[in-house]
Amino acid sequence: MAEITQKKGFFGRLMALPNDDPKKTIFIALILCLVCSVMVSTAAVTLKPKQMLNQKNDIRKNILTVTGLYEPGVDMETAFEKFEVLLVDLATGEYAENDLDPTTFDQYKAAGSPDLGVRLGNREDIASIGSRSKYAPVYILREGEEIEQLIIPVYGYGLWSTMYGFLSLENDFNTIRGLRFYDHGETPGLGGEIENPRWLMKWQGKKIYDENGNVEFRVARGFVDNNAPQAEYRVDGLSGATITSKGVSNMITFWLGENGFGPYLQNMRSDMGNN
Amino acid sequence: MASQAKSNVLDPLIDNNPITLQVLGICSALAVTTNMTSALIMSVALTLVTAFSSATISMIRHYIPSSIRIIVQMTIIASLVIIVDQILKAYAYEASKQLSVFVGLIITNCIVMGRAEAYAMQNPPGMSFLDGIGNGLGYSVILMVVAFIRELFGAGKLFGHTIIPVTNDGGWYLPNGLMLLPPSAFFIIAMIIWVIRSWKPQQIEAPDYQIHQVHRTEVL
Repeated sequence: MAEITQKKGFFGRLMALPNDDPKKTIFIALILCLVCSVMVSTAAVTLKPKQMLNQKNDIRKNILTVTGLYEPGVDMETAFEKFEVLLVDLATGEYAENDLDPTTFDQYKAAGSPDLGVRLGNREDIASIGSRSKYAPVYILREGEEIEQLIIPVYGYGLWSTMYGFLSLENDFNTIRGLRFYDHGETPGLGGEIENPRWLMKWQGKKIYDENGNVEFRVARGFVDNNAPQAEYRVDGLSGATITSKGVSNMITFWLGENGFGPYLQNMRSDMGNN
Repeated sequence: MASQAKSNVLDPLIDNNPITLQVLGICSALAVTTNMTSALIMSVALTLVTAFSSATISMIRHYIPSSIRIIVQMTIIASLVIIVDQILKAYAYEASKQLSVFVGLIITNCIVMGRAEAYAMQNPPGMSFLDGIGNGLGYSVILMVVAFIRELFGAGKLFGHTIIPVTNDGGWYLPNGLMLLPPSAFFIIAMIIWVIRSWKPQQIEAPDYQIHQVHRTEVL
């Protein structure tokens, strides 16, 4: 008997042990972990490039949608060539002068990091995001030399979730061209209607800043009375989604205000006046 | 053998359905049934994971030390789930965004683990594979029915295509918002269980206890 087990070598002897033997238990556990980790890491590594491309294309698709250039089946690379991606230093409103790559810069990750993030005080943090990144990307769509549209990322807290979207502005930097949300967890059918194209259509042409340069734009409660003096700064609220509507309103106020893209847009407007 | 294989696949559809009879896997049935597309993808993912994990566990069942068998099962299931999740992220990005954490949560789905422990540990790989397919399909059937009802009455759509034009888009149907919230899945599953048990009374469980009948002659 001893001769037979000896012939099988180390592995064979281990496998011949009863299942509950501690040595065999550890051996089986090790082998299993090894096999499983190889399988999992192979899948993760081989699929990584495709996943990264998907993520990148998802953002591009949202930007194209908000500008109205998206058509199903369009080639992302060529469609996106018209856009210039730049990084803005939000505090100064100038383009950032550093070696960060605007196309891969992740402002959501940066917001939480100690050197790239800025903590927001209670009174500043109207969009309830806690902290923001020092830099944020902007996407400029040009028609020849002229700026055609400016797209800025916006996000803020609604009822249950952070809503992520892109806001597109006309080249006067004071008129909304469009808005699209690409990620949120609001109640389907109620707050989830922020995705409804019919509602988003109503945003087109609304003005943002009053004559003093303050953000006057707001999401109204209920319907907007078109005869009211502020009607061009108001968009209808979503019925059954008061808190989500307020969240969207606060989000716009924050990102277009002095702690968001306010200084940058101010610079853009005065540049335009000088030319 | 052939009849065994057949019953492994067909029994869990109605007669021994994991959701309606064993009442397992309810959490994900609530979460992913707001529309049929995500319900379908979840069903396929769960069926594949159950089938392959059962088959794998069955293959090595003679070597699994009983002291760590649950962990061994978990490791195999978890690895398969991660692989499915990675594949979805690469080839069905939109869907994986919608399903978000729920694909990962297949790991904790009682059906997968339940089949591994109850069937795959005692039966050969082929049969275990079919048993996994059967139970996955049983789960899928209920998921699809629930998603059909929820999406149709909650959003007026099926697989994202408009069936009933809703008022928000200028149609006539005012959607039932409750259908899109998790509790409605509870109600629908409960009604499905009711229907199935009325049709097949042998599924009705014996009551755990009987309320004591008070007779007039008894002194309270």
